[in-house]
Amino acid sequence: MATPRDYPMRAPGDPLPDPTPVPRKGFLGWLNKRLPVDEFIQNQLTGYYAPKNFNVWYFFGSLALVVLVLQLVTGIFLTMFYKPGEATAFDSVEYIMREVDWGWLIRYMHSTGASAFFIVVYLHMFRAFLYGSYKAPRELLWLIGMLVYLALMAEAFMGYVLPWGNMSFWGAQVIVNIFGTIPGIGPGLVEWIRGDFGIADATLNRFFALHVAAVPLILLALVGLHLVALRRTGSNNPDGIEIKEKVGPNGKPLDGIPFHPYYTVKDIVGVGLFLVIMAIIVFYTPTLGGLFLESANFEPASRVSTPPDITPVWYFTPFYAILRAIPDQRLGALTMLLAIVAFFFLPWLDRSPVKSMRYKGWMSRTALAVFVISFVGLGWLGMRPPEGIYAVIGRVFVVLYFLFWILMPFYTRMERVKPVPERVVYHAH
Amino acid sequence: MAENVIGASDEVDLSRRKFLTAATSATGAVGVVFAAIPFVASWKPSERAMALGAPTEFDLSKVEAGQMTIITWRKQPIYVVRRTPDMVSRLEGHDNMLKDPKSDESDQPPYAKNTQRSRKADILVLIGTCTHLGCLPKQRFEKDTPEMGATWPGGWLCPCHGSRFDLAGRVFDGSPASVNLRVPPYSFPSDQKLVVGVDEKGTA
Repeated sequence: MATPRDYPMRAPGDPLPDPTPVPRKGFLGWLNKRLPVDEFIQNQLTGYYAPKNFNVWYFFGSLALVVLVLQLVTGIFLTMFYKPGEATAFDSVEYIMREVDWGWLIRYMHSTGASAFFIVVYLHMFRAFLYGSYKAPRELLWLIGMLVYLALMAEAFMGYVLPWGNMSFWGAQVIVNIFGTIPGIGPGLVEWIRGDFGIADATLNRFFALHVAAVPLILLALVGLHLVALRRTGSNNPDGIEIKEKVGPNGKPLDGIPFHPYYTVKDIVGVGLFLVIMAIIVFYTPTLGGLFLESANFEPASRVSTPPDITPVWYFTPFYAILRAIPDQRLGALTMLLAIVAFFFLPWLDRSPVKSMRYKGWMSRTALAVFVISFVGLGWLGMRPPEGIYAVIGRVFVVLYFLFWILMPFYTRMERVKPVPERVVYHAH
Repeated sequence: MAENVIGASDEVDLSRRKFLTAATSATGAVGVVFAAIPFVASWKPSERAMALGAPTEFDLSKVEAGQMTIITWRKQPIYVVRRTPDMVSRLEGHDNMLKDPKSDESDQPPYAKNTQRSRKADILVLIGTCTHLGCLPKQRFEKDTPEMGATWPGGWLCPCHGSRFDLAGRVFDGSPASVNLRVPPYSFPSDQKLVVGVDEKGTA
């Protein structure tokens, strides 16, 4: 009676049965002879073992995929109504908002999705900080993830320019001019990026092409690589223990459970909660008080009037605050660049013998707390005018931010770590 | 005897094969670089953009003493200020507070490399984008205002990152901008006429 697909009652600790696909008959048999559908599901889902001790921090990888799909679908539909071009862009966005049936919903889903993407990705990255998911053997997984983050920043920046509001225009002006601080080639490079003597029609048109075609393709390719690299190393877990080192008689990790059905079911709960929060924002407060959509962008772009305060959307403000904290343009741009590049070196800056914060000492915990406070603090300061007390606090946070990175090789090696258990800590529920 | 061998010899000349592989790859790489040229060049300002960047004329009678007007040249805001003698006198005495008082590091035509940074003492022509990251500095022409402090001689404040400039567009210490506001090439074909983008050297 029992096929290998049914999981019989088992005592705790018993190895899970290996769900080898049953040979199929009929159409599915015909299909599988020609396309490895069952084999793929077996390799990637039912036979792919993930640690059994995942917690809420493990929602955000799959959520990022959900947001990516959401952005692709809503973005494709916006492309059907949006008209790139200095004379048409702003009006076509108003047209979407007022005259296209449900256009407002599609656009607000897209604009809220952009912020949601960064929330999810920042939490996903914090999870890696918390449990050492970037450490060997997952350095490359981390690096590919960082490239995804960079591509996402480019995508978000160019997407923000497209509505051609006044904040779009001046944001583009400020960000593109950062390239002008490169010695020698800077001014020529800026002209090449803009395709004109100022931010103009040509700039908007090429940003549109990059936003809807080039960068999404790069993003998809990088996300694919990220998943392939993940399949090679397997997921880390809150204990930072390599589950592959303890395998049962069936050759599968003792502390692992098949991704499907166990984690697909868990992730669906996360997706449900996420969609509830998304819907609340989209329907009740799509601008989120100026955080997700800035009021200055409801005015068309103007060459001769700067918005009272130029601030990027919240997800860029930590880096923007770093740029402003340095009273020299070249040094400021360089410091901001370093603030991003530092993430790429994380796997080699952390010299701790253990992965997870659960077993690291007080120094690592304090450093991570200080880092989070300074990153969030800089994000908050990036939305205020760079004057008086804000400027002073900003500089303090910049110093703390970089101390986290610079001192990491020392405190991770010096501190006393707790013994890591042989098997993951797991309480059945 | 040897059923699958086509050539006379079984031996493969590996060094020859390696050389040919390297030579083919190198040729291919050169080809890729040449093929990239049209794509990279397509991003340069087009002929139309260049043509639209032609000189801009402005009737100076439209700006009164102590006032500023913004015109555009090459999609950039150009500040035209008619300075009063009092405003010109306020350019002296704060050289020690400036990053580049003599405009040695800054970008301007030779005829504007002086204290007033202009051809005529009263008419100031500046590219109105902050040399930091390109916002429009706002005019703060009054001196000693509560907002700008007791030593403020009048000038501009950039709202984005707080760069401050004097009434000749020279940048103050402590600003994120490193150089003075840029001066475009310009000339006066007649007393009341300003042309931005043309000077003795020709059209920019």
